[in-house]
Amino acid sequence: MFDAYTVPLPARPGVGYKPQHYAALMQDPGSVGWLEIHAENYMGAGGRPIAQLRELSNRFPVSVHGVGLSIGGEGRLDRDHLSRLRALCDWLQPASFSEHLAWSTHDSAFFNDLLPLPYTNATLTRVCSHIDQVQDVLGRPMLLENPSSYLAFADSTWDEPAFLAEIARRTGCGLLLDVNNVFVSATNLGFSPQSYIDAFPLAAVGEVHLGGHDEDADDHGAPLLIDSHGRQVADPVWALLDYTLARSGPRPLLIEWDTDVPDWPVLRAEAARAADALAYASDVHEMCMSCDSPELAR
Amino acid sequence: MTGLVADFLPALRDPAAPVPRGLQDGSGRPAGRRFNVYRNNVLVSLIEALEVGFPAIRSLLGDENFRNIARGYAQTHPPKGPLMMRYGQGFPDYLAGLRALAPLPYLADVARLELALRASYHAADHIGLTGDDLAKIPPENLENTRLYLAPSVQTLRSAHPIADIHRFALNPTSPKPRPGAQDIAVLRPEFDPSPHILPPGGHAFLTALTAGQPFGNAAEIATAAAPEFDLAAMLGLLLAQNALMKKGPRT
Repeated sequence: MFDAYTVPLPARPGVGYKPQHYAALMQDPGSVGWLEIHAENYMGAGGRPIAQLRELSNRFPVSVHGVGLSIGGEGRLDRDHLSRLRALCDWLQPASFSEHLAWSTHDSAFFNDLLPLPYTNATLTRVCSHIDQVQDVLGRPMLLENPSSYLAFADSTWDEPAFLAEIARRTGCGLLLDVNNVFVSATNLGFSPQSYIDAFPLAAVGEVHLGGHDEDADDHGAPLLIDSHGRQVADPVWALLDYTLARSGPRPLLIEWDTDVPDWPVLRAEAARAADALAYASDVHEMCMSCDSPELAR
Repeated sequence: MTGLVADFLPALRDPAAPVPRGLQDGSGRPAGRRFNVYRNNVLVSLIEALEVGFPAIRSLLGDENFRNIARGYAQTHPPKGPLMMRYGQGFPDYLAGLRALAPLPYLADVARLELALRASYHAADHIGLTGDDLAKIPPENLENTRLYLAPSVQTLRSAHPIADIHRFALNPTSPKPRPGAQDIAVLRPEFDPSPHILPPGGHAFLTALTAGQPFGNAAEIATAAAPEFDLAAMLGLLLAQNALMKKGPRT
């Protein structure tokens, strides 16, 4: 159904780059396979952020992850922001560019969060047209990430995996599968995370995200997980990763840790755990490819 | 579909506004406080951006006071774009307008200094003009030569000792500030900008250079502003801090 998205990042663990880890990473470059940056933090004209990024990009493949493009927004994409993204990609030549299935901008107001979308035909058309525009301007395919959901829209007529699969089919973009987001959304909205993975177009996945979440409760006392990126990846999320990789085969894995950022050894240990999951997945996937189960072998 | 933004915006901005209709949990019940996750994410991320951007103001006000004031600013001044490194440009004026902060009249200027430090931190890199480069200019040409300030140079004037207050706020073991006006240049030798108190005439000199006045005119303007203007000391500071740029700004 899908042309396999060519995976330009190595199928190794990477980490979300934080400036406090610069020295540790430069001294120990073998500890991770690649780095991801938030595009918006590297849109200044110069200074230390740009200089350090330049140095890092000589040692590591870099993935640029945008958080502010508002691909699901009702209005036009912000052309100034698109130009900034292009300028960044032009000089950095990152291995990958990704953004979110979300919105954050309306007219001149920017909401510093990834806001949810109803999965309707109208949203589908709009998101696809925005992705076409992004891929035209950047001159490269992008990856689109599944959101973490705290609520659902009564208007939605698509389920999320089918919606993302249709976007990938129409635009040729790849997908960024955040398994923590899947687990958070599944818990919050009461669906099976494994069924979600089963329905997901895994051939289009060019990158997998992992991050920590916090636990809260809704008005009825039901668990409400918050995608906080402020702690270790939870055990059931590691299990869901194993489930995913057994079906997809090895993929570039990223540990996201954005708030209460730990010292380097803690983050390095998370990356090492991701490396173990990849090694395990590689064995399992090979086994499945040679076995008779078409379900697992695809 | 056109209802999405129209419904979301007021509800995001005002915690007391009703949750938009059509939002539900997994079993079709109204979303209720689930919507607060978005409200909270938006507000907390902006407060945190202000905490990162204004560490001296935070230290001077205390964490709790700062959070309360930052919340008020974030609720009334949403960012105009996705670059958080630019967020908070209106924060000094906002502080100046708060009656409760009237006993701290220096606060707004300290916040302006923090904005200047941030602008300098992210400013374009440059190739510095050295003392040797200056010495190579034939003396008869010197007066008509233009000197270009580095893109990272920022200047401020305050009726308060804001460089001293800033230093004291971030390092309480430094000397207690004494009252008095200060002219400041934020200079960035490589990557770390810092405030420098300018001697008399220094601000006029830098302003004249920025306006494109040749070296000789700028020195005259500075001396007119302050007869004791010390050109050699001023040039020494600029060269030592790598504050002059080899070429003119690109157009």
